[in-house]
Amino acid sequence: METIVSIIFSGVFNASTLFLVAAGLQVVFGVQKVFNLACGSFYALGAYFGIVVVKSFVAGGFPKPLFIVPLIGAGLLLGFIGPIVERGLIKFVYDRDETFQLLLTFALVMMIEDVIKFIWGTSPQTTGGIDLIYGRINLFGATLPVYNLIVILCSLIIAALIGYILLNTKFGRIIRATADKKEMGEALGINMKMVYIKVFTLGTVLGTLGGALVIPATAVVSEMGVELIVLAFAVVVIGGLGSMKGAFIGALIVGVLKSVAISTYPELEMLTIYIIVIAVLVIKPQGLFGGSKV
Amino acid sequence: MKPWQEILSLKSTKVLILIVVGLLFLGLPLFASQYVSYLMLTFFAYAVMVLGLNLLFGYTGLLSFGHAFFMAIGAYTAAFLTGKFSILYMEVILVVAVIISSILAALIGAICVRYIKIYFAMLTLAFGMLFYTFLLKFYYLTGGDEGMRVLRPYLLGFNLSEIPKMQYLTRSYYIYTLVILAILTFVMWKIVSSPFGLCLKAIRDNPEKAEYLGVSVKRYRWYAFIISGAYAAIGGALLAPAIGQVDPGLTYWTHSGTLVFMTLLGGFENFFGPLIGGVVYIFLQDKVMSLTTYWRFIFGAILAFLVIVAPGGIAGVISSLVKKEKGGE
Repeated sequence: METIVSIIFSGVFNASTLFLVAAGLQVVFGVQKVFNLACGSFYALGAYFGIVVVKSFVAGGFPKPLFIVPLIGAGLLLGFIGPIVERGLIKFVYDRDETFQLLLTFALVMMIEDVIKFIWGTSPQTTGGIDLIYGRINLFGATLPVYNLIVILCSLIIAALIGYILLNTKFGRIIRATADKKEMGEALGINMKMVYIKVFTLGTVLGTLGGALVIPATAVVSEMGVELIVLAFAVVVIGGLGSMKGAFIGALIVGVLKSVAISTYPELEMLTIYIIVIAVLVIKPQGLFGGSKV
Repeated sequence: MKPWQEILSLKSTKVLILIVVGLLFLGLPLFASQYVSYLMLTFFAYAVMVLGLNLLFGYTGLLSFGHAFFMAIGAYTAAFLTGKFSILYMEVILVVAVIISSILAALIGAICVRYIKIYFAMLTLAFGMLFYTFLLKFYYLTGGDEGMRVLRPYLLGFNLSEIPKMQYLTRSYYIYTLVILAILTFVMWKIVSSPFGLCLKAIRDNPEKAEYLGVSVKRYRWYAFIISGAYAAIGGALLAPAIGQVDPGLTYWTHSGTLVFMTLLGGFENFFGPLIGGVVYIFLQDKVMSLTTYWRFIFGAILAFLVIVAPGGIAGVISSLVKKEKGGE
């Protein structure tokens, strides 16, 4: 029982950050129809920047337990690269073939990887176990780090927020309308340029926030971006491209599966995930929730 | 039209240019440094791969983001046969690589060709990564992330183990690889200019129309996928003895991206474009890497530029320049 709880718990923790990145991928794919390979790179940027902010927060003599505030701030602040990337690169390929859009985001992956190496070098970095400041908690007989619980909670709140925005606000309605039919949005006099900038920024922020939140509980390495994109990719394929519900369920499936595999047959960790991805693509290429847009 | 352009547009002239380029490549080790010859050798191996990739990408309109899978199949075939089974005949390695990759491509292709565009790209990426984790995790079989050594193969039955390594690579093995590249280029040329190749182009431009005209779209895509996979495996098998060590990184998705990059750099709309892209990529990478450790940033910027401004690649730019000059006459 104890081990089962901690396995599932660590799976849900995986899922919570995976969901954020995958949600960023989905919202951009839903509206712009661009599959953004660079969402993993945004995640890595968020992680590195998160470390810097947390360390200077602690060095500045602020109370340690509050480190999560500047951490979230760091994730949100990094959203500024969204408009730059969208206006500087992505906007040129909206009318182009999907394959070229994919290649452009691949170019972005290459560039961001070196930007990270340039600023932070190649050696792994950590926040030095600052997450343990919140201690551990006993749940169903298993000892679980409280910080990880907070991250899961954050992720749930963000998921609820996204759901609220999409369903109940004007911006959300515009997003859903343009995801269905871009021409309609334009015909109704919506400023598509602004919508694209906002949506891409939202996608970026979700990625950087995911990276920032995960970082106190793990270490950053320069490959984390290209590794995560493959997982996020698995999430959206299983859940269905463009679907938020799909990102949520997909993240849970991939996250839990990953932690179950690690604790039982570590050799099979990613193998099982890819096999499921391929099975989903073969049996139901639109994914579990494909067809329901955004 | 200027006289030189008239000459250039003749078919026999084109063949002549090819022969001259081929002879230049052949004679290169005589006057270039061993290092340059070695880079050229890796280009020959990559050239075979991108020739195959472009049958899918340029001619059939399917972007594979997992083509490194097949090149890794070829490379690991070489490592297994030489290292574990002591089969050192290069010809045997190539034949086995073709057989294994064709079978795998037939199976995987049967699934993949049901989809196009982004789904095709994703599915191929997933298969590539599946193989990557297999290579990584089953270390007792594959050596894990350390990979496997590739022993020096016999060429045409000759045991050349007495020759110093670089001399073997830049002379004997160099010529061997070049000849295979020449043969495979000729074969690919025949494939794309055959009725089969024309059908592929018709499928790329308008699949519905092709289907309407009685072309079995999926079947033709499947054939293209198999040929393309076999080419990549031959390229991988040729690359393996040159690098001497194979590791799972060969099939990582970013390496598949590199193959697409080469194709796009040279120009996917032109038969020789990917080859131009391959040679430019390898020598440019070598140059940029010697100048800065941040070569990926520069290459990323180049790729972004290509996608946005010059999707036709180098070949596309050249042909549009030639056309412009012709138009000015």
